[in-house]
Amino acid sequence: MADTAQAHVTPGHGVGDPLGDDGGSRRDFLLLSAGALGGIGAAIAVWPFIDSLNPARDTLALSTTEVDLAPVQVGQRLTVAWRGKPVFINHRPPEEIKAAQDVDVASLRDPQPDSARVKKPEWLVVVGVCTHLGCIPLGNKPGDDRGPFGGWFCPCHGSVYDTSARIRQGPAPQNLFVPPYEFTSDTAVKIG
Amino acid sequence: MAASSSGAPANTPGSAPATAPAGAVGRLIRWIDYRLPFVAFIEHELYEYPTPRNLNYWWNFGSLAGIVLVVMIVTGVVLAMHYTPHADLAFDSVERIMRDVNYGWLLRYIHMNGASMFFLIVYIHLFRGLYYGSYKYPRELLWILGVVILVLMIATAFMGYVLPWGQMSYWAATVITNLFSAIPVVGDKIVTLLWGGFTVGNPTLNRFFSLHYLLPFVIVAVVGLHLIALHQHGSNNPLGIDHRGPQDTIPFHPYYTIKDMFGLCVFLLFFSIFIFYIPNMLSSADNYIPANPMVTPNHIVPEWYLLPYYAILRSVPNKLFGVILSFGSILLLFLVPWLDTSRVRSARFRPIYKWVYWLLPIDVLALGYVGANPPAGSVVVIGQVATFYYFFHFLILMPLIGKLETPRPLPISIGAAVLTEGR
Repeated sequence: MADTAQAHVTPGHGVGDPLGDDGGSRRDFLLLSAGALGGIGAAIAVWPFIDSLNPARDTLALSTTEVDLAPVQVGQRLTVAWRGKPVFINHRPPEEIKAAQDVDVASLRDPQPDSARVKKPEWLVVVGVCTHLGCIPLGNKPGDDRGPFGGWFCPCHGSVYDTSARIRQGPAPQNLFVPPYEFTSDTAVKIG
Repeated sequence: MAASSSGAPANTPGSAPATAPAGAVGRLIRWIDYRLPFVAFIEHELYEYPTPRNLNYWWNFGSLAGIVLVVMIVTGVVLAMHYTPHADLAFDSVERIMRDVNYGWLLRYIHMNGASMFFLIVYIHLFRGLYYGSYKYPRELLWILGVVILVLMIATAFMGYVLPWGQMSYWAATVITNLFSAIPVVGDKIVTLLWGGFTVGNPTLNRFFSLHYLLPFVIVAVVGLHLIALHQHGSNNPLGIDHRGPQDTIPFHPYYTIKDMFGLCVFLLFFSIFIFYIPNMLSSADNYIPANPMVTPNHIVPEWYLLPYYAILRSVPNKLFGVILSFGSILLLFLVPWLDTSRVRSARFRPIYKWVYWLLPIDVLALGYVGANPPAGSVVVIGQVATFYYFFHFLILMPLIGKLETPRPLPISIGAAVLTEGR
């Protein structure tokens, strides 16, 4: 029992401690710095495990989709796949363009003028994934419920988008995302 | 480990098991026990373990939950031998289990409905604890470990639901992982990290399978801690008073082993009705359609045992707040031992709480109804009222009633109460 009693005496203050107070603080420093370095090392060692869960290189490589727009009639809505997600392409008729442009931008939840969301007013290109919880909104097929603003309507939790795919009602916080895209000719678009 | 409250450690070297028979077998048992005190441990925790003599049938559900956990692990391990965790093959491998693998249909239906049974049992177990104040001093950690088990169960069940890779699997995975996109600034990065891609896809399925196989064993470990904490102070009882001596208790074995066995038989009858007659009643027909990332089913609903949390999520118009309240509804349970300010455990002796208590199960059932129905009209209103009440109950009523009400006098002892009840 005598041994254990001695072991509990604080280092540096023990009667039999040859190092004295100075040695105690040196020991504290060594303990702290070794502990801190060990902790940092462990944290760094964890990173490869976490980062391995991020998209792999082959996943990242599948990043562009080319679409021929020639057969798409005015008023027709097309769905194409890009990075495994649906992209909505809407060949907007003049009344939809007008409805999108005539909105008081300041009144919107995610304020964006229509001109900032299209490269050519007659073509709207957006990722067809609701910004609430990731469902695919209805409205891209004839006969779908397009909601009160004539754009898209998400059946999961009732988000409503207008003809510029901006959020107008429901729980979604943002407008449908506009992917990076460019017109490679008058009738072809490259997404991604 | 699990030293009793009387303080005598079970496994001191040389404390040979009392029941070890004479002769060669007894010598073998004593030889083993001197090195690994297994028999002495079982003897101490099962034969000598003093259990209140007045436990009612609501106390059956703890051991029942343990048995169902074993059933889930056994069926799950065998199912994993036939299942293929790949986005192109998973759905067909599950159909192969149903049609071609010998008794595959039985294993899958046990596992599928077993998840529902597990939650049903655990929810009853939880509400029993709430009514009889089983979370109060000195059982706070016991309760907290129970809530940890519930959280792990929810994660495990969700990931298991994704594995068949049907439409509901795919869209449940999409909606639930998207909850994390509500986190400010880093939300989208976290979601990409969870997916391993730009949408839910094969990498997501692979990691969910890995975790779905891992987490049940983590649950087993936490159940072990839950039992150690339980045996530290013993079971609570319907009177909520401490036992004071041998006249208040009976040995766990054979009295409660036989009662638990009887309860198990009744439960297996109930379980069998689901497995053999209505195996798909609790699941959605949409999940027999292969996953299609381009089309969302018109009406997404989670499994019944997650409906209340889902209803809370939908009842809040703000995305971030909805997510916070939905997670918060579970995390709130961690605080219950401190939210309840009454020192009396059992609601039997609490004239006000006894009635107010029942509003909570009613409220949770209302939330379940809301979660199952499309969010329109009266459903939205009921959802918002029920969500408000859920938090009101825990955060306002529980602390307030504990302070305001005058509890009825407690019986002197369990033994005395049992005798005067005339049973």
